[in-house]
Amino acid sequence: MQNALLMKYIEKNRRTDLPTTLRTGDTIKVHVKIKEGDKERLQAFEGVMIARNNSGLGESITVRKISFGHGVERIFPLNGKMIDHIDLVRTGRARRAKLYYLRGLKGKAARLKERT
Amino acid sequence: MSPGILGKKIGMTQVFRPDGQVVPVTLLKAGPCAVVQRKTPATDGYDAVQLGLLEFVKPKRINKPATGHLKKAGTEGAKFLKEFRLDKGYPSQGDLKAGDQVLVSDFKVKDKVDVIGVSKGRGFAGVVKRHKFGGGEDSHGSMHHRAPGSIGASSFPSRVVPGMRMGGHMGNEQVTVRNLEIIDVDTEDNVLVVKGAVPGPNGSYVVVRRAKR
Repeated sequence: MQNALLMKYIEKNRRTDLPTTLRTGDTIKVHVKIKEGDKERLQAFEGVMIARNNSGLGESITVRKISFGHGVERIFPLNGKMIDHIDLVRTGRARRAKLYYLRGLKGKAARLKERT
Repeated sequence: MSPGILGKKIGMTQVFRPDGQVVPVTLLKAGPCAVVQRKTPATDGYDAVQLGLLEFVKPKRINKPATGHLKKAGTEGAKFLKEFRLDKGYPSQGDLKAGDQVLVSDFKVKDKVDVIGVSKGRGFAGVVKRHKFGGGEDSHGSMHHRAPGSIGASSFPSRVVPGMRMGGHMGNEQVTVRNLEIIDVDTEDNVLVVKGAVPGPNGSYVVVRRAKR
């Protein structure tokens, strides 16, 4: 994607209200808009960000958490309207871009050190 | 109102609609165009406008007859010219004169357009790529991989019936994609954003025409 006009269009349509400093390994809280009938409420999904995929307007993040003993992952498009906001809960030091190895670990082994 | 506009394909991306739906889009650098010639039934036998895409072209890249042709309309720097018929099925759009400018602002969001371009050349393509044949099995002793198979019977008819699908040149031909929705219009950068894919590589010339049906 080297075309200046394409990049300009992507920049114009990109969401700017979300934190830009999120990195894989961080524990984050994603507040998702949920529609019930004609009412809208927020639901939080808290977990470790294990991957950041694609670039441009299709950019997304994968968040993993352990829910009642089961690993649950959700993929959130960063430029869509379903995310209300994202809170950073805790930073984590990761030595690679995709933390898929966390899927094979549980409990104490699946922890990440805080980034300093 | 112009029956169409000329442009160049920029590239593809995706955008979110207000309701949250993702739409694949193609960006086109459309215009500015100039009306190079106005053809009328009286002089040319039919009703049409000839548009030229105004862009940076080295003057020596346009030969002298073409330069003279552009000069008649008071324009220069256009090597991509196309005609749009005004009589067949189009409402009367006779307000265009030679020398007039056609800009993207002529198009509105939600309008439908047809986009005409030249598809990417695939060279001599086999029957699997060109006609979507299934091909044979790769393993288990199969000796029939991407070959076309039988192309007819033997002593009768003793020939291959016309139109038999075979390998051959694929792509690099004119393709029209109909009824693409306009998602966005950027009048500042002359960018037209249409829904879906458009034939040809990025940077190729395309003709954008108001949808016929």
